[in-house]
Amino acid sequence: MSLLVVAEHDQNTIKVPTRVAVAAAQAIGGEIHLLVAGEGCQGAIDAAAQIDGVTKVLAVDHANYGHALAEEMSALIVSLAEGYTHILTATTTSGKNYMPRVAALLDVAQISDIMAVESADTFKRPIYAGNAIATVQSSDAVKVLTVRGTAFDPVSAEGGSASVEVREGPASAELSTWVREDVVVLERPELTAASIIVSGGRGMQNGENFAMLESVADKLGAAIGASRAAVDAGFVPNDMQVGQTGKIVAPDLYIAVGISGAIQHLAGMKDSKVIVAINKDEDAPIFQVADYGLVADLFKAVPELDSQL
Amino acid sequence: MKILVTAKRVVDYNVNIRVLADQSGVDLNNVKMSVNPFDEIAIEEAVRLKEAGKAEEVVVVSVGATQCQEQLRTALALGADRGILVESDEDMQPLGIAKVLKAVIDKEAPKLVITGKQAIDGDNSQTGQMLAALAGLSQATFASEIELGDDSATVTREIDGGLETITVKLPAVVTTDLRLNEPRYASLPNIMKAKKKPIDVMTPADLGVDVAPRVKTLKVEPPADRAAGIKVESVEELVDKLRNEAKVIS
Repeated sequence: MSLLVVAEHDQNTIKVPTRVAVAAAQAIGGEIHLLVAGEGCQGAIDAAAQIDGVTKVLAVDHANYGHALAEEMSALIVSLAEGYTHILTATTTSGKNYMPRVAALLDVAQISDIMAVESADTFKRPIYAGNAIATVQSSDAVKVLTVRGTAFDPVSAEGGSASVEVREGPASAELSTWVREDVVVLERPELTAASIIVSGGRGMQNGENFAMLESVADKLGAAIGASRAAVDAGFVPNDMQVGQTGKIVAPDLYIAVGISGAIQHLAGMKDSKVIVAINKDEDAPIFQVADYGLVADLFKAVPELDSQL
Repeated sequence: MKILVTAKRVVDYNVNIRVLADQSGVDLNNVKMSVNPFDEIAIEEAVRLKEAGKAEEVVVVSVGATQCQEQLRTALALGADRGILVESDEDMQPLGIAKVLKAVIDKEAPKLVITGKQAIDGDNSQTGQMLAALAGLSQATFASEIELGDDSATVTREIDGGLETITVKLPAVVTTDLRLNEPRYASLPNIMKAKKKPIDVMTPADLGVDVAPRVKTLKVEPPADRAAGIKVESVEELVDKLRNEAKVIS
């Protein structure tokens, strides 16, 4: 069997969820190739060749792929698909954008967000916001999969020595044009890569109060997250949302502040190793998943926590 | 301009999901069913575009069992003009639904298709993208803002690091994210009016589409339980536990 993993990168480095997808490919078994498509992406190609478990890097460096537009990425992947039994990528907004197009163009189903590999054609995946886990079997010749970022330990970024094969893609479909990106410049780790996350919910009352969490996060080297309720209330932007409709995270330590623990939030963070909940409502469902619960007014507890770190 | 939107029938988001003891699926007996919340955002966006004079007609499609008529009526009460039900008792999966929708847009020729970014039952997040691929259309997924022009749309998308803006040629498929809008509630007069709006019923076979499932669900289980831990009395105790017991902070 040969498996193709599609890499997500910033032209210079390969992102961690890609190494998680490689780990899933290893669990399936077979020869693993990694596709790096970008523009001015030699750094990412070099990094890809170092990744443990990858035997070949398919390198496509062209203006069509600089912004990973779905129409371009899917046409490229389909043009390279022959001979592969599995095509995988990470469940990120980028992978979720182009991968279903790949599946449709190959006339096969996609299995989204796999969290376990049972066999080469059978996988476990969460449904109903993680309230149920389905074991599903694909009858298609090619399995198109996206891999949940917290479900497998990423393979090492080093230790591999893959050959690099330069490939070309089809002509541009010229359907979409990239205009701009407004990416939040993070002074903190990214949510999906952070080992500690401090998250705020509706109990924070407004966006300004998130400054309290920032101070704690800075001391812990933590990322800052939020519940959907806090996003819906307009306290913070959506890219901070942890939950089934936001980001799925599994840090070593997750501190939930003023978060009641709606099912859809729990679905996004309950795989964290240690969960702390600070909430003044002692019946809040978040306490049912918390290793350490503190029933307290967050406006007193958070400054106190800040001073003791 | 004609806009086509989708309305999937799903378990209402307030319902606590219970897995059946025989592991065949989740309990759908006597459970409240609703329009998929992300589809509701799609319907709202289309109706607003119509109200702003940028679209003439909003057509809503549902694919599934005969009861999907209820969700179509909801969409009509929210302001859609007419409904199409593609009726099937088959286990409808994203690829099959996308093929059905492709056949519908071949007949209806909408300039814009808006769907939810995912349905809250299967959480697949595939149908809009698959439809765009099958129809050879551009796509803008996870939209938080749509600026509609005559031949193109400029769409702001929610991506992992923040926001991305792209321009897509029309016709295009757009999928909705949470912050695109806040759907309205249907008023009683509009619910009454919706009863008189037309719904066309057809089958996948009428459209010449094969919707045979490609993926078999072998079993459905509840997620692994996470045991509740302990309550601490003070911030001091909490910090002590994190340092010395869990050893997750230094």
